[in-house]
Amino acid sequence: MSPPHQSSNHSSYWKLFHTSTFRLSAVYLIVFILSVGAILAYIYWNTAGLLERQTDETIRAEVQGLADQYRIRGLDGVLDTVRRRSSDESGSIYLLTTPEGVRMAGNLVSVPDEIAIEDSGWTEFPFNVKTSTGTEPHRARAYYTELPGENVLVVGRDIEDMRQFATIIRNTLITGTLIALVLGIGGGLLTSRNFLRRVDAITDASRSIMRGDLSGRMPVQGTGDELDRLASSLNQMLDQIERLMRGMQEVSSNVAHDLRTPLTRIKARAESALRSGAEGDFKAALEQTIDESDRLLQTFTALLSIAKAESGQSREGLQPVDAAVILNEVAELYEPFAEDQGGSLKTDISGELNVRANRQLLAQAISNLVDNALKYGESPASGFPEIRVTGGIVGDDAVITVSDRGRGVAPEDRQHVLERFVRLDESRSRPGNGLGLSLVAGVMKLHDGRVLLEDNGPGLKVKLVLPRLQAA
Amino acid sequence: MQVMTNSNSKPTTPGNDLETMRILVIEDDREAATWLLKGLAESGHVADHAADGEEGLALARERVHDVLIVDRMLPKLDGLSIIQTLRAEGVTAPVLILSALGDVDERVKGLRAGGDDYLAKPYAFSELLARIEGLSRRRHQEPQQTKLKAADLEMDLLTRTVVRSGRPIILQPREFKLLEYLMRNAGHVVTRTMLLENVWDYHFDPQTNVIDVHVSRLRGKIDKGFDEPILQTVRGAGYMIRLA
Repeated sequence: MSPPHQSSNHSSYWKLFHTSTFRLSAVYLIVFILSVGAILAYIYWNTAGLLERQTDETIRAEVQGLADQYRIRGLDGVLDTVRRRSSDESGSIYLLTTPEGVRMAGNLVSVPDEIAIEDSGWTEFPFNVKTSTGTEPHRARAYYTELPGENVLVVGRDIEDMRQFATIIRNTLITGTLIALVLGIGGGLLTSRNFLRRVDAITDASRSIMRGDLSGRMPVQGTGDELDRLASSLNQMLDQIERLMRGMQEVSSNVAHDLRTPLTRIKARAESALRSGAEGDFKAALEQTIDESDRLLQTFTALLSIAKAESGQSREGLQPVDAAVILNEVAELYEPFAEDQGGSLKTDISGELNVRANRQLLAQAISNLVDNALKYGESPASGFPEIRVTGGIVGDDAVITVSDRGRGVAPEDRQHVLERFVRLDESRSRPGNGLGLSLVAGVMKLHDGRVLLEDNGPGLKVKLVLPRLQAA
Repeated sequence: MQVMTNSNSKPTTPGNDLETMRILVIEDDREAATWLLKGLAESGHVADHAADGEEGLALARERVHDVLIVDRMLPKLDGLSIIQTLRAEGVTAPVLILSALGDVDERVKGLRAGGDDYLAKPYAFSELLARIEGLSRRRHQEPQQTKLKAADLEMDLLTRTVVRSGRPIILQPREFKLLEYLMRNAGHVVTRTMLLENVWDYHFDPQTNVIDVHVSRLRGKIDKGFDEPILQTVRGAGYMIRLA
């Protein structure tokens, strides 16, 4: 393995140990081991420990019994009992000696070395047990005491079985703990590595998106866990960004196109006037230049108004107004014009439509809609625009509609026409800059309202839905 | 400070078209200011110029000007602050705000700050002239005026009746308002935008020329049956009610 690789390998382990999952697993593991340890200690205390305590209890009771015998019947009584009891094969151990330490009775050959006769106490010592095949070293636990006549009495039990039992239990407990430890560490590493791998995948995806591949997306495993949820919300954000970016690109190229056309016209007219040299041509060219510049300036003003409305900066200009009044005013402003064109503008506005709005912007939005209806809404039957403006309350909303009987807008184009510079009139033979409905959409966004384009069968019905101001 | 003409006469009587106004132009853009000052001088007015906000405020405080033309974005002190300061100090001279910020919202903001009129850049000089002359007239008009008169056309603001050569003319409320504005500015050109702003109180540009139809309907009512039309169209500028 080459050194750089090694170091990267080292760093990848380092990274693993630094993951939140690994740290979480480690904490869990420690808590787990501690609780397992506590449980096992309790089990040990209740099994092996209990046996030991019971043995001690029995030995103590027997010593007490023998001491009572000594008091009642003297040394002979004790001698008698010890002799009788040592003969059963019960695993009990007895020894009674003279004050000099010579064995008088019992199944123990001599006083074990471990007993330094002082007074009395507990001791453990090895001794041999006769079996069918010979002798076996066992271990005993005993209590020794000096009787009043300085004879030494030792009472004990063979604790070999108990010792083995305790060892088995201890070994089981240790093994169990070790298994839990290994499984815990292994599991922690495994889940951390899995987690880390997915985080790395997300990081890689975001790096590639940052390098400019906006179509890239975060990997989603489909398990619906928190990482998946994070990845899908990041993906939704990316979708939104991509859509906005595409919109921006579209707008810029549309701006370029819509500005280049009039500028080209201005340039062409100026050049041809210069070539002709006639004063009349100069004048005409200058007048046309002024007209074109006015239109360009209108386009810019409209673009700025839309951007401003969409950014929500004018929100403080919103005041309680009666939209029905504005609606009537705008209708009244346009009605003579519609009639002049041979068409009609009818209104059906009921009651008060109290909304929170910017009077100027709302009027401008409605006026843009009426304007559009006048330009594009002539009925194929009569050849003239037949416009209907309504205002009413639907539930908690104030609903304003402007409809015509024209060719309408195909369902697939309805969302599209709200975008900047979109004109369905491909030939661009009619006046307009393709910003009217964009401004309406921007104004509605500022007012927390919606623009809906519907079929008027035939014609187009544009619906503005504004949240109604509840009477306080 | 730059004085474009030597005349120091002050306008006093309303309705006199030949009166010279003294105008203060607060505008930092040298080229725009030069063009504006030249135009005002050619129109027979006296114009002073301030190139920044502080100088402008100092000149306006002298209270010698009939009309102030104030740009919004100025070095040192912005246009709206100048207007607010002047209004707080009781300077009542009408103010026309000039600004590149042309959308509805900015216009309304300018008027709320104490401006009397708002004109978005770029503008036609004829529009600016019509507006400042209108502002000056409004200032010198008697506030309690109840009757307006232009040639043989008379308007009674109290009874809300209009009579031409003794013949009564029936007008819709909006037509009455339209005629009232035109008559208050009789003898002067009124632009379509001025009508939309003052008669309808709309500060945006409708894409269709809706004003022309309203004016032609009004004309149908007041000029029909009379040999000499009183409501005239001024090509490329707007409309005017004949004064005599």
